[in-house]
Amino acid sequence: MMVLPGIRRLCAAALLVGLLAGCATTGDGGARDPLEPINRAIFGFNETFDQVLMKPVAEGYRAVLPELVRAGVTNFFSNIEDVWIAANNLLQGKPENALQDVMRVAINTVIGLGGLIDVASDAGLDKHNEDFGQTLGRWGIGSGPYIVLPFLGASTLRDGIGLLGVDYAVEPVWNLDHIPTRNTLYAGRTVNARSDALDAVRVMEEAALDKYRFVRDSYLQRRRSLIYDGDPPREREPDAPSSALPAAMQAAVEETGIEILLPRPDAGALIAYPGMTGAWPVARSFR
Amino acid sequence: MRHLSSLLLSLLIAAFSSLAMAQENAPDVLVKNITTEVIGIIKQDKEIQAGNPKKIADVVESRILPHFSFTRMTQIAVAVNWRRATPEQQKILTDEFKTLLVRTYSNALSLYRNQVIEFKPLRMRPDDTEVAVKSEIRQRGAQPVTLDYDMERTPAGWKVFDVKVSGVSLITNYREEFAAQVRESGIDGLIKTLVLKNRGARSEKT
Repeated sequence: MMVLPGIRRLCAAALLVGLLAGCATTGDGGARDPLEPINRAIFGFNETFDQVLMKPVAEGYRAVLPELVRAGVTNFFSNIEDVWIAANNLLQGKPENALQDVMRVAINTVIGLGGLIDVASDAGLDKHNEDFGQTLGRWGIGSGPYIVLPFLGASTLRDGIGLLGVDYAVEPVWNLDHIPTRNTLYAGRTVNARSDALDAVRVMEEAALDKYRFVRDSYLQRRRSLIYDGDPPREREPDAPSSALPAAMQAAVEETGIEILLPRPDAGALIAYPGMTGAWPVARSFR
Repeated sequence: MRHLSSLLLSLLIAAFSSLAMAQENAPDVLVKNITTEVIGIIKQDKEIQAGNPKKIADVVESRILPHFSFTRMTQIAVAVNWRRATPEQQKILTDEFKTLLVRTYSNALSLYRNQVIEFKPLRMRPDDTEVAVKSEIRQRGAQPVTLDYDMERTPAGWKVFDVKVSGVSLITNYREEFAAQVRESGIDGLIKTLVLKNRGARSEKT
C-alpha cells in the first residue's frame, strides 16, 4: 500500500523527464543542463512562489517563534529523518555510519524528549546527510541532466527519481494516514526548513551574478561532494595562468588557438579547445 | 663592547629567524590563528554582531584578505578569458571581483553565532606547494558545515586561493558564471555586470 503511490510518482517523474527531453534545447550550461530554457521557466515560477508565499510565511514564523522552539522543530524532523539516513548508509555499505544514525535516533528519542533536543550531536555523534539519490550515485549511476522541479527546486534526473520515487515513498510524515495531521506536519516542516535557510539564501543572492546559474552550479557541486562524503576526487585543474606557460608553448597557443592546460602531477596533459571550458559534464565525474 | 655587539647580533638573528618562521607558518596553523583572531573580534564587537556591514568589511579587509591570493583567484575564475583581457580589463576584473568576494565573506561572517569550528588533521607532504586545510562548523540538528581552504605556497607564505563551503567552491561557481557572461556579452559585459552588482549592493545598504 505504501509502495504504490511511490511507483505512481516514479512514473510521473519519468514521464516528466521524457516530455522535457523531447523538447530539449541547449543552453549555456551545455551537457550538464540541456534543459536550461525549461528549467529557467520552472525556476522563475518557484522564485515567484517563494517571494509571494514561502519567504513571507517563513519570515513571520521566525519573527513569532523563539529560537529554542524553532530549533526543537528542526531537531524533531531531523530525528525522524535519521532513520532513513541509516537505511541509506546501509545500502551504501557504510554500516558504521548506519549504526551511528541508529544510536542518534535512540538517544535523541529517549533522552532528547522525542527528538526535540539533539543530545547525540553534543555527545559527538554527528548527523549524516544521505538520501536515495546519493545512494544511486554511490552505486555508480550518473546524475543525468540538471532538472528544476516545481516547488521542490534544484535536482537532477537521478536525484529527482530518488526523491520523488523513493524518499517520499518511504517518508513517514508524507505517508501518515490521517490527512489533516499529515498536512499540518508537512507544512510545519516546510516552513521551518525555509526559515532555517533565510540567512543562507540572502548571502547566496548577494553573491550571485545570475541566481539560476549560481544555484545550479552550487547544487551540482554540493551533490558531488555529498556522494563522496565531503571528499570528492579532484577535478581537472581550472585554466592555468598564461604566464606559467613556456614562451614557445604560448606562441603555439596563439597560433593554433588551442588552449593548453598545465598538467597536474596526478593528471595527464589536457588539451581543450576554445569554448569548451564552461561545459564540463558533471555526470561524467560521478565515477 | 665586543660582548654587547655579539649579543645584539644574536638577538637580531633570533628576531629574523622567528620572523621567517612566522612567514612560513604551517598552512593549517595559519588558518587556525586567523579563525581564532576573527572570532575573537566578532565576539567582542557588538556592532559586528548587530550586522554593521562597514565594520564587518573592515575586519575582512584587514584580517582575512592579506592571506588571500587574489590574482590567482581571479585568474582561475576568469579562466581562458583572462588571457584575452587587456591589462586594464584584468585590473578592473581583479578589483571588482575582490569587492564582490569581500561582500560575500562579510555577509557570511555576519551569520556567525558562537558555532564551534573544528580543524581536521592536515594531510601534507613537506614539499607540497598546494594543500587543502579542512575544517567544519558544528551545529545541532544538522550535518556539520564543512569549510575547506585551498592554499598555495608563495614567497610571502601560504595564501588561500579557494574556499569550499559544504563542498561548493566559490571560485568554481564564479568560473561558470563568468564564462557564461563573457559568452553573452564579452569581457566588457562581464565587467559591467560586476560593477552594477557591486554598486547595487552598496546603494542597498545606505
